Amino acid sequence: MTDNLVTGTRKSLEVVSSAPQGDKLIRKFLREPAAVISLVFLALLAVVAMLAPLISSYDPTATRLADVLAPPFTSEHPLGADGVGRDVLANLVYGAQTSLSSAAIVIAVSLLIGVPTGLLAGYRQGWIDGVSMWISGALLSLPAIVVLLVVLARVGRSTSLALVVFGILIAPSVFLLIRGSVRAVREELYVDAARVSGLSDIRIMVRHILPVVITPTIIQAALLAGAGIGIEAGIAFLGLGSSDKASWGLMLNDASQNIFNAPWLLLWPSVALVLTVMACTLVGNGFRDALANYGSSAGRVKTVKAAKHPGSTPEPARPMEKAPVDPGDTLLVINDLRVSYPRPNGEKSDVVKGVSLRVERGQILGLVGESGSGKSQTAFSILGLLPGQADMTAGTLSFAGVDLLGMTPKERNRLRGARIGYIPQEPMSNLDPAFRIGSQLTEPMQHHLGISAKAAKDEALKLLARVGIPDPERVFRSYPHQVSGGMAQRVLIAGAVSCNPELLIADEPTTALDVTVQADVLDLIRSLQAERGMGVVLVTHNFGVVADLCDQVAVMRDGEIVEVAAVTDLFMNPREEYTRLLLDSALDSTSKTANHRPIDSGMTTETEGAR
Amino acid sequence: MTSVNQNPSPEAEPLLRITDLTVDYRIGGLGRKRTFRALQGVSLDIKPGETLGLVGESGSGKSTIGRAVLGLAPVTNGDIRFDGRSITELSKKERRALSSDIQVVFQDPYTSLNPSMTISDILSEPMQVAGTSRPDAQRRVRELLDVVNLPSNASTRYPREFSGGQRQRIAIARSLCRNPKLIVCDEPVSALDLSTQARVLQLFSDIQEQTGVSLLFVTHDLDVVRHISERVAVMRRGEIVETGITEQVIAKPHHAYTKALLLASPIANPALQAERRRERRLFLDAQPAPSTAVR
Repeated sequence: MTDNLVTGTRKSLEVVSSAPQGDKLIRKFLREPAAVISLVFLALLAVVAMLAPLISSYDPTATRLADVLAPPFTSEHPLGADGVGRDVLANLVYGAQTSLSSAAIVIAVSLLIGVPTGLLAGYRQGWIDGVSMWISGALLSLPAIVVLLVVLARVGRSTSLALVVFGILIAPSVFLLIRGSVRAVREELYVDAARVSGLSDIRIMVRHILPVVITPTIIQAALLAGAGIGIEAGIAFLGLGSSDKASWGLMLNDASQNIFNAPWLLLWPSVALVLTVMACTLVGNGFRDALANYGSSAGRVKTVKAAKHPGSTPEPARPMEKAPVDPGDTLLVINDLRVSYPRPNGEKSDVVKGVSLRVERGQILGLVGESGSGKSQTAFSILGLLPGQADMTAGTLSFAGVDLLGMTPKERNRLRGARIGYIPQEPMSNLDPAFRIGSQLTEPMQHHLGISAKAAKDEALKLLARVGIPDPERVFRSYPHQVSGGMAQRVLIAGAVSCNPELLIADEPTTALDVTVQADVLDLIRSLQAERGMGVVLVTHNFGVVADLCDQVAVMRDGEIVEVAAVTDLFMNPREEYTRLLLDSALDSTSKTANHRPIDSGMTTETEGAR
Repeated sequence: MTSVNQNPSPEAEPLLRITDLTVDYRIGGLGRKRTFRALQGVSLDIKPGETLGLVGESGSGKSTIGRAVLGLAPVTNGDIRFDGRSITELSKKERRALSSDIQVVFQDPYTSLNPSMTISDILSEPMQVAGTSRPDAQRRVRELLDVVNLPSNASTRYPREFSGGQRQRIAIARSLCRNPKLIVCDEPVSALDLSTQARVLQLFSDIQEQTGVSLLFVTHDLDVVRHISERVAVMRRGEIVETGITEQVIAKPHHAYTKALLLASPIANPALQAERRRERRLFLDAQPAPSTAVR
């Protein structure tokens, strides 16, 4: 957006990608060879099953005494005949019919029961949810095979009935899956928005919720198909299935009776069963993987969404001016820092493009910019915490006279925490919920400072008191979820300064906090900095925070530094147009509402960032 | 006139009148019922065409008021009257009918739009529910995109193709599609970049000028309130601690909490901010119980 903010051009919307999500998913699926082969196999099997009368002229159930255990590879019986003279090939292809229709029955029954109840229970919750959860729990606790045997014993031999019963017994797995997905979607704001728009519950379910649960349902259906085929074969093998239908299970039954006379009879039904069930599972897994890949690639795109410079060819690397690093009091020197990420189409997107900065000892440098300006990426480069796929280069990256670029990851690790402290944006997600706050504070101290557990605890308690926590002992023993967000941020600040770092990197340290808590935390950072003389790099989008805390400010935009100035100069006399525009859009009391419309409301079609 | 409740102006009948509203959320499972009181005896009015800013910190109950008005929060006690009739206990059908009059814009523009629907579908869905024909709905979609300054070719795209600010414009367009009388805005700009914030706020003002819609504007940011609303109600722990004309409340806060809130929000000016910091220190030191010192 920033381009247009300055130039005021009306740029057409940027199209990230215009393929609908479904197509993408299918394309991902098609890239899984095992799944594709399995799907082709199942399709062929379906064709064979449908064309069964053309492939074999025999009635699969017709017995001919003359053909008992006829050998295979004859023109009459290409695969031989079984113990009662039935043609094996006919049984194999008609058995495919039975298997596939069994899969269809199980899928149909379990989806018919599981999907509507899952939708209803997940969406409505309340007593409907309670009752259906109870029923599904009861069904799941029944041993399926025993129930099947009992039902068949009462009603007589019937494959279809057995499959319907099995479908009912397995329906809870569908129900639970759908219910879980619905509960997750239900919390999305767009469902609330749909309710406010006056949509009926049924319409919300069909339009907004059903599409989300379709994919997991397909995966589940593929797995159920395998289970259904297995159950049918099992029932037929036990001699409990309908006797008028060909079945691979029945073939196995016959083969097992003739295992000494004609062992080859076992081969065909076994191979058919194993391949079919395996294919079902692989198709299901393929879908799941495609979905997972799809999700992760979407996530990856989002993290680098800031970078939108299609085809920006990297500039010819500037001659690395080995700037004689002033060893004096300069704490951090960055020269020509570049960070880029690979894009799915093979190109690179640059998020930091040649940033140069210096931080003196005891100085607070503010790194300001809007979302996507590369300010956090710059901070993470200093910390050495960029994601693995990031590509970082720099002319110089030196800390206290030490070259960071030449360090091994292990050496970087030792530096981090000990000499470079870090305060993150989201206090809660940066504390491990499984460990007490005390151990999370003392462990780094023991590691970096080499002090005893006892000494580390004393130090931690002192630190907790120092950062304004009223009852350090209690917080020391608490788990992260037992303290508030503001308290958690104080804990993290205590942790960041626990090893007396020379440099503190704070990435939007107050953005997630309430304004009164923010003021307290800013006060705390200020006083700790003054007390210990640390250098600080403060990443923020908030000019109020900059004005409150910083000595020096670097304004970033689009991966580049626009302006670096002392804080008073920057606010009183911004040199760059862009800085002025940013300052003008601040809503605080220094800007007046009426005569201070920062941007012509006509030019609003450009991309607008969210932080 | 510092509070409309004490001093209702007789000529302008309020569009929305909330009286003594209490909301309890049930927490825990079926076995052990406990309740969490999100709102405690809240009263406020909004006149037609007016914007009321509702400001407070997290957990103050400010969003719960909005959700109660939308029928998304359980009302334990009190009354919400809209356009002269009580909407506290409505059947599902009546609540659906009300959807043409009361609309919403949520905070998060990423989850408030269904990712699998095109912009055109998102915008026309509420109209089709109301029985608008397809061509009419399409025409209105183009109008709405124009109102929120998005190009008309946006309609065939998906939400993820838009940036945060643009998505928020789409959400605003959706809220406008059936000409509502009241829009509940739940932190609609707090997820946006600063310069985007200013523009989206400007869009709200423009729309209000054109359509005369009333806004219940929930935010944690006093600067945003100053920008958008003539009146403000300051909330803390489920209660309104102060209400009045925005400029007056900001210039001369009566309640200590309002003052603490004001002094805590940093000014983008180093000299003024240093001054404000000193003031805040003095103010906090003067407080008997350090209400803001520890959280």
